[in-house]
Amino acid sequence: MRRRALAPGTPRIAIAIVFGLLAVSPPFVSSFLQALLTQAVISAILAMSLDVVLGYIGLASLGHAAYLGLGAYSVGILATRHGAGFWVTLTVGVLLATAVAAVFGLVALRATGVYFLMITLALGMVVWGLAHRWVSLTQGDNGISGVPRPDLGLPWSFAHAIPFYYLVFTAFLVAFGVLRGIVRSPFGATLVGIRESESRMRTLGYHVWLHKYIGFIIAGGVGGFAGVLWAYDNGFVSPADLELSTSVEILLMVALGGRGTLLGPALGAGLIVFLKNLVSVYTQRWLLILGAVYIGTIVYAPEGIVGALRQWTKGERAWAGR
Amino acid sequence: MDFWISQLFNGVSYGALLFLLAGGLSLIFGMMRIVNMTHGSYYLLGGYVALTVIWRGGNFVLAVLVGALAIAAVGIGEWNAFLKRLSGQELGQVLTTMGFALIFQDLALLIWGGDPYTIPVPAVLSGAYTVGQLYFPVYRIFIVAVAALVAVVLWLVLERTRIGAMMRATVDDPEMARGVGINVYLISMAVFALGATLAALAGAVAGGFVGVYPGADFEILPYAFVVVIVGGMGSLKGALIGSLMVGLLDNFGKALFPELSYFTLFAPMAAVLAVRPTGLFGRA
Repeated sequence: MRRRALAPGTPRIAIAIVFGLLAVSPPFVSSFLQALLTQAVISAILAMSLDVVLGYIGLASLGHAAYLGLGAYSVGILATRHGAGFWVTLTVGVLLATAVAAVFGLVALRATGVYFLMITLALGMVVWGLAHRWVSLTQGDNGISGVPRPDLGLPWSFAHAIPFYYLVFTAFLVAFGVLRGIVRSPFGATLVGIRESESRMRTLGYHVWLHKYIGFIIAGGVGGFAGVLWAYDNGFVSPADLELSTSVEILLMVALGGRGTLLGPALGAGLIVFLKNLVSVYTQRWLLILGAVYIGTIVYAPEGIVGALRQWTKGERAWAGR
Repeated sequence: MDFWISQLFNGVSYGALLFLLAGGLSLIFGMMRIVNMTHGSYYLLGGYVALTVIWRGGNFVLAVLVGALAIAAVGIGEWNAFLKRLSGQELGQVLTTMGFALIFQDLALLIWGGDPYTIPVPAVLSGAYTVGQLYFPVYRIFIVAVAALVAVVLWLVLERTRIGAMMRATVDDPEMARGVGINVYLISMAVFALGATLAALAGAVAGGFVGVYPGADFEILPYAFVVVIVGGMGSLKGALIGSLMVGLLDNFGKALFPELSYFTLFAPMAAVLAVRPTGLFGRA
């Protein structure tokens, strides 16, 4: 294996270039690409939120779409029926997702491994079931349409694609900054410690359950944040957004990018959004290709793209050994 | 009173169908610890293959058998090529099997199109018994009978035969099983194939009851998972009781609280798990 195939600073430069492009390029690309970029950035927030649970706590959740749905339905219901503004829906959406995560966490964190997977699946289905059947509140399968773009009382209108993109991009930077701060804090380091060895951390005197619980709640809240943006972007909310396959797709985004790296899942989210939309332009058989991506990720890049790159640049196998 | 009896009957017959599906999942998921998102696809494909056999002039029994065996082959292929290497890696299993589920979903759409179909059932099984105001379709009684038969046969095979003992040994401790001369590879493959067969059998039988249609795979999958986790993974008794619970909760929920029906199904499940994370009859 070649060692030091890339200079040590290369990843940082690459990240800076991508962020620069995301900040500068949208006004110069087609409206189709603008829409895709907006969707990709929102999905990136969602994937980063799940990464806290999957990558840092080390638990695979099959119910993360529930928080997306809670945020999205908060917007759908409040904005269309009560004329609520952006800050109200944002606050309600994030608080609701956080509160529900606080309740779900009590149930789900009693288990680990396969059992955690299954409990989060059942909890996700609870929220899906309400969206699907509580017709008087959610309009059932028809979903809630006609969600207006937000008005922040600023001089430019978010009904246009470019200002809305920059609103979403700002939200992404905020979410990334907050999550990065959290995972790099002593709290985040403790989560990684728990992921690596729960019993060791317990012996060292850490309150393991509380750390996991707080991490789980943060993930839910940020997931709700992504859901709020999601609803404003699509202008439409339906139970399909909360389905099991959505939860699995978020897992794929995190795994494809590289769990436990925050930016990896963001990259994974972007790739999946672009793949789904670009492939479906050329062929109706895009589900076949998406299926192949699922399988290929596990076969060829079990630690994700970032994991594979790290291995390549550093020639280290040790990192991938977990 | 009539309302309660007919809802009870509907719930039990739906529970019987779920048992066929979840019994197979309990083998794969509960015994082998493989999180198999493809299980719903086996159900769907089983129904479609049976339908094709009938279209080609086969009879009902042949259709169900061919459907079940064809999907066993599909399951063996998937397990051999991918899943046997992923033991203990839940995330890898979820994503790999989800990939297969999407591929099968798309292939089914490509081959059988988007229209819903019902598998024609033989005359003996159509019609209904009426008792007073009550109406009991024969086909639903048939499903209950099939589920009861499968439950008894599975229990006898697993608990009372040599091969069943080998299966349990392989699942409990593969290394020791290999040490005493059990062919762990063959037995694991057989357990997985049996699970896939049962799912396909459920799909073929359900074809004459709820029909075969695109999307049935992901519609039924959460139910199967819920049955297995509530009953307890790897417990046949758990799968049986879980199926009946889910069948009844689903039916009464939809009849009594239509707006909250899925909530009345999944919330009690979550509550059971909160108290007993390993399910009602699960081994830790």
